[in-house]
Amino acid sequence: MSGNGFSGSRFAAMVAKEFIQMRRDRLTFAMMVGIPLLQLILFGFAINADPKNLPTAVLSADDSPFARSFIAGLANSGYFRVTHRVASEAEADRLLELGETQFVVTIPEDFSRKLQRGERPAVLIEADATDPAATSNAVATVLRMNETVLERDLTGSLARLRSQPPPFEVQVQRRYNPEGITQYNIVPGLMGTILTMTMIMMTGLAITRERERGTMEHLLATPVKPLEVMIGKIVPYILVAYIQAGLILAAAWVIFGVPLSGSLALLLASVLVFVTANLSVGITFSTLAKNQMQAMQMTFFFFLPSILLSGFMFPFRGMPEWAQWLGELLPLTHFLRVVRGILLKGNGVAEILPNLWPMLAFIAVVMTIAVRRYRRTLD
Amino acid sequence: MSNGYAIAVEGLTKRFSGREVVKRLTLEVREGEIFGFLGPNGSGKTTSIRMLCGLLTPDEGRGTCLGYDVIRETADIKRRVGYMTQRFSLYEDLSIRENLDFVARMYGMRGRRTAVENALERLGLANRREQLAGTLSGGWKQRLALAACMLHEPRLLLLDEPTAGVDPKARRDFWEQIHALAAEGITVLVSTHYMDEAERCHQLAYIAYGNLLARGTPQEVLEGSGLATWSVEGEDLYELAAELRGLAGITQVVPFGNILHVSGADPELLEATIAPFRKQAQRRWTPSEASLEDAFIHLMDSTRDNYQ
Repeated sequence: MSGNGFSGSRFAAMVAKEFIQMRRDRLTFAMMVGIPLLQLILFGFAINADPKNLPTAVLSADDSPFARSFIAGLANSGYFRVTHRVASEAEADRLLELGETQFVVTIPEDFSRKLQRGERPAVLIEADATDPAATSNAVATVLRMNETVLERDLTGSLARLRSQPPPFEVQVQRRYNPEGITQYNIVPGLMGTILTMTMIMMTGLAITRERERGTMEHLLATPVKPLEVMIGKIVPYILVAYIQAGLILAAAWVIFGVPLSGSLALLLASVLVFVTANLSVGITFSTLAKNQMQAMQMTFFFFLPSILLSGFMFPFRGMPEWAQWLGELLPLTHFLRVVRGILLKGNGVAEILPNLWPMLAFIAVVMTIAVRRYRRTLD
Repeated sequence: MSNGYAIAVEGLTKRFSGREVVKRLTLEVREGEIFGFLGPNGSGKTTSIRMLCGLLTPDEGRGTCLGYDVIRETADIKRRVGYMTQRFSLYEDLSIRENLDFVARMYGMRGRRTAVENALERLGLANRREQLAGTLSGGWKQRLALAACMLHEPRLLLLDEPTAGVDPKARRDFWEQIHALAAEGITVLVSTHYMDEAERCHQLAYIAYGNLLARGTPQEVLEGSGLATWSVEGEDLYELAAELRGLAGITQVVPFGNILHVSGADPELLEATIAPFRKQAQRRWTPSEASLEDAFIHLMDSTRDNYQ
C-alpha cells in the first residue's frame, strides 16, 4: 500500500502490541487499575485540611464557673480536645515541645475576680505553629469565643458585662513560628520528601538492575553473602543523601531563612536514621520487583502515602484515627516531627527520641524482610 | 575428593512451577577431564549446571561437587568452582581491570593486585585495562569472562555455552586453553551446541528435555547410536532428498553442500530402501560414517514425543 506515509495498519499493530505487553505484565496492570482506586478511597477519606479535635492542655489556676464554661466552650467548638490538665508552665511547655499537644490554654489565677469587676482579664492560648495550617482555623474560632461563651453565666448583676466589649480577652501566642510563615514548615518537610523519593528510587533499582543485566547470576555464583550485598549497596547512597540534605539545609537557611534552633549535629544524626530507613525500603522493593519498571511503581506506591499521610502536605491531626495509625508507620511522619522539632522548636535528644525509635524499629523490620527475600540462589 | 570424581551426582531433579526441567540426572565427571554437555535448546543444560554450582537447589537427588554436598555445602562449592554464565555477566560499565579486581575481592583473594595483573597479562589485555567491558567484542568478552572465572584458581570450571557467537579463531584459541587447563588437572564441564567442540571433549553427555540420553567418549556415543549413513554425490540432490524423506528405514536426509547424508537406524532396511536409487546413474552412493551431529539429531528426534 502506501510507501512513505503514515500507515494505519502499522500503527494499529503497534497499539495492539503495547496492549499485549501491558496485559502480560500482571503487576503493572494491577497497579494501573487497583492502585488509583485504593488511593482514591484512602486519600479521599484521610485528607482533611480543616483539622479538628486538636489536643489541648489546660493550665487553669482558677476553678470558677466562668473558667469551666470557657473550657467547655473550647471543646464545643469542635476544634479543641482537652487531653491534659497541667499544674505548671514548665509542664505545659514540655507538652508543646514534644508535640503532645497542639495548644496550651492558660487561665490566670484572678480570672473570675477580674471578670466580675469588669477588668477584662486575658486568657492565653499558646499554639504550636510549626504548621500554620494546622492551627489557623482553631485560632480564628477561639478569638471570637469571648463574645458569646459566657452569655449564660453572666446573669443578674453581671448581665451588664454582656455588652460590648467582650468580658475577657483572648491572647494568642504562635510559638516556634510566630509569623506563621509556611516555608518554615514546608522547607524542612521537603528535605524529608526529597530524600524519600531519591533514596527509595535509587536503591529500588539497585538489585533489579543486576538481575535485568544478568550480572546477578555471576554475583550469586561467588561466595558473597546477602547482607554484604545489601549493606554494600546502601552505604554509597547514604553519602549521596548527605549531599542532598546539605544542599537543602543550606538553601533552607540562605534562601528561605528557616531558623536552626537546635543542634546541627543532632539533625545530621537523625538524617542518617531516616535515610537508612528509606534505603532499606528501596532495597526491599529491589528484592521484590521483577524488573526496574516494577521497582519504580513500588517507589511511587510508597511515596504517595508518604507525602499525603505524613503531615507533610496536610495537617497530621486532621486525619481520622485509622489514617493517623497508617501515618505513624511511615518513616517520613516521624522524620518531619524530628526535623521541625530541631529546626523550629530547638528540640534536643530527649524530645526527638519518641520519633527516633519508630524509625529504628522500621529499619529492623524492613531489613529483615529484605534479607529474607534476597535469594542466595536463582530458585 | 571423592574417589577421583570432581562431580558425582545422582537423581538430580528440578521442577519449575510443576514442570520437570531436569529429570533424575546422574553424572560422574572424573578429575582433570573435559566433559562435554550437549543437548538441544531448553533441554535443561543450564539448569543442571546451576544445580552443580549451588545457584539452584535440586528438588530431588543428591551428590557432591569437588567432594562437597551440592545441597548443604554450596558455600564451599562456590569458593572452589569457576562458573562462566551463558550471557555475559560482568559489569559492562566497569573497566576490564575493575571487573577482575571486583571478582578477586568477592573471593577474598590475597595478593589480588598481582593476580589481576597476571590475568590481564595472560589475556593480552594489559594495555586496554581501562577500557569498559561493555565496549569489547564478543570474542574478547568471552576471554575476559573466562579469565574472571579462573581468577580464584578453581579446581572445577563450569562453562555454559562459552563459545556461542564467537568466531572460529577465537573458539580454537579458547579450546587450546581448555586443554591446557585440563592438563594441569583442572576439571572442565562445558556445554555446547557445536559438534567440533563435542569431539574435543574426553567425555560427552547428551541431555534432552530433562533426560540423559547418551554418555561416553565421542566414539562410544557415535557407535551407541547404531546409525548407518550413506553419502550421495551427484545431480539434483534436492529432488532426491524430497523423494527419500519418509521412506522406510530412513531417519535423516541432510544436505552438506554438494553431498547428501542419508541415515537410518537399521542398516539392512536402509540398504534395501536405497537400492533402487543406487542404480540411478547420475549419482554416486558411498557408505560413510555417521557424524556426531547425525547421532545427536537422531537422539533428539527419537525423544521428542515424550516431551510434548
